Amino acid sequence: MTNPTSRRASPRPPIGLLLPAAIGLALFVVPLVGLLARTPWADLLDLVTGAVVTDALRLSLVSSLGATVVSLLLGVPLAWVLARVEFPGRSLVRGLVTLPLVLPPVVGGAALLFAVGRRGLVGGPLERMTGLVLPFSTAGVVLACTFVAMPFLVITVEGALRTMDRRQEDAAATLGASRWTVLRRVTLPVIAPSLVSGLVLTWARAFGEFGATVTFAGNLQGRTQTLPLAVFVALESQRDTAVAISLVMVAVSLAVLVGLRGRWWPTS
Amino acid sequence: MTPPAPHERADRASGLDASLDLTRDDGFRLRARLAIPAGRTAALLGPNGAGKSTVVGLLAGLLALDDGHVGLAGRVLDDPTTDTFVPAASRHVGVVFQDHLLFGHLDVRDNVAFGPRSRGVPRREARERADHWLELLGLAAFAHHRPDQLSGGQAQRVALARALVTEPDLLLLDEPLSALDVTTRVSLRRTLATHLADFAGPRLLITHDPTEAFLLADEVHVLEHGRITQVGSPDEVRLRPRTPYVADLAGANLLVGEARDGIVRVTPPHGDRELHVADHDVTGPVLLTLRPTAVSVHREQPEGSQRNTWHTTVDRLERLGDRVRLRSGQPLPLTVEVTRESTGALGLAVGTPVWLAVKATEIGLQLDSPAPTIDDPAAGPTDVSG
Repeated sequence: MTNPTSRRASPRPPIGLLLPAAIGLALFVVPLVGLLARTPWADLLDLVTGAVVTDALRLSLVSSLGATVVSLLLGVPLAWVLARVEFPGRSLVRGLVTLPLVLPPVVGGAALLFAVGRRGLVGGPLERMTGLVLPFSTAGVVLACTFVAMPFLVITVEGALRTMDRRQEDAAATLGASRWTVLRRVTLPVIAPSLVSGLVLTWARAFGEFGATVTFAGNLQGRTQTLPLAVFVALESQRDTAVAISLVMVAVSLAVLVGLRGRWWPTS
Repeated sequence: MTPPAPHERADRASGLDASLDLTRDDGFRLRARLAIPAGRTAALLGPNGAGKSTVVGLLAGLLALDDGHVGLAGRVLDDPTTDTFVPAASRHVGVVFQDHLLFGHLDVRDNVAFGPRSRGVPRREARERADHWLELLGLAAFAHHRPDQLSGGQAQRVALARALVTEPDLLLLDEPLSALDVTTRVSLRRTLATHLADFAGPRLLITHDPTEAFLLADEVHVLEHGRITQVGSPDEVRLRPRTPYVADLAGANLLVGEARDGIVRVTPPHGDRELHVADHDVTGPVLLTLRPTAVSVHREQPEGSQRNTWHTTVDRLERLGDRVRLRSGQPLPLTVEVTRESTGALGLAVGTPVWLAVKATEIGLQLDSPAPTIDDPAAGPTDVSG
């Protein structure tokens, strides 16, 4: 669509902006080029179909998607409460929710270990009652990923809930909609774009998660060794494998971002 | 006190009976009584900040009273003394909001079907009911449009259908015409008049526009600073304003006539005279508004270029603070406002013969005919495919 009123003559962009912009772009592109230059193209297929890589890829997809689902189920209600319910200490709770964003993931992983480790505050009773052991298990990976990634969803959804026109919900109520119906048929559809971008951010953060995972869940191939962990291990001894895994991560991330581009991110 | 006649009692059972008392967080206090029998339209007329939206919130169940009560159709909806509060979803109050508040993610038909669906009507039947109302309001062609593909007038008609399909006990119209342009407003006002007449329950029109109130309502309640300052028929309120606000705004003369080539023939019962107006392009039925202060009063025939001058007598004289309102006689009965000094200087009293004059530019003119071609610029569906 062309809007005649918004057409402008495009003057030459000022060099003072163009130069830092180019350097900024290079910051992203040069490492990628470095990765491609170092890629052992001949052996690539063998490397990425090796057991280490396929195990890690499967585990990464399972744990990042699992963390996204858990974040959806827990994070949306949390965002709703933070946005809509007034209670004492709300700003403190909001701060706690965003803490994992600034906390070093290793610290997060350690904290998880103390809390839900086998001898942890919650972990001990949990194991005695249900037999569930979280550390060094795939479920533990999902938990670690959720811990670091869910704040992205909560923040995005809470912002959308605060800024949406609540009178739409009032209108729905006057039409006889219960609070649950209002949430399901008005609130969630209205904030859907923010919800989806929040989910994408959450997934992306979980997919790249390293520190909390390695601290809390360890590095067991096929059980807790996700792609980032596999890269880290491979860098020590098998450079080619590390490069191949990195390429797989770049490819998956690009596929997701490009696949969603224009759907959920505003394009020009 | 005589007991109410049986039909009045029946009206009360199906009507609205509200005594509202609420102090908002900002310290503003609303205290107002509203009683509307079934089948009658009341207007709540007031300036911005008078508390009109608070009334909407209290009646719709979005706000709870501090004191007083809300009774509708024989049911108590809010009464703090008995801890009764029926929330909005269970109230059966149909609301049409100023900016329609249609759901942007649903098409027109599902917007209208939303109410029945929320009350447990199966999807197919809810959609059939929606189609029925869309048909009644001439919106059938827009059933599959999204709200943002509609003009303001169309969207407001959808909002009306959405409220009416739920068969509410009270129809609440919150500034339904304010967001619309003038031409659309005229046509939608006619739509409203028709459907208000067909609606069996009590109807409340919230507005800051006296023209709307006078044309649509049986009874006008004036709300200022959270209090009802005057209640009466449109004529009573217009002709005998009790506060300066009513006098200034609601007290404007409203005339109906036929325009052609810059001349409007005012027709009985509004009068029987021609008036020159500034706009030469309007032809057809028109509404004229003439502020009481725009008319000048003289004892001798005024000289000069004013073409709208005529001879009449003072029929009534009323003091309103430091101003005086007089009602002139035939051929063009008008409410005119003059200062107390000039009343004395001119020696005005009931029966005094006077000359009245009004400038053509002081006469407000609006078309009073439906203009569907202008209201629906798209006429046909504006199909956005793909």
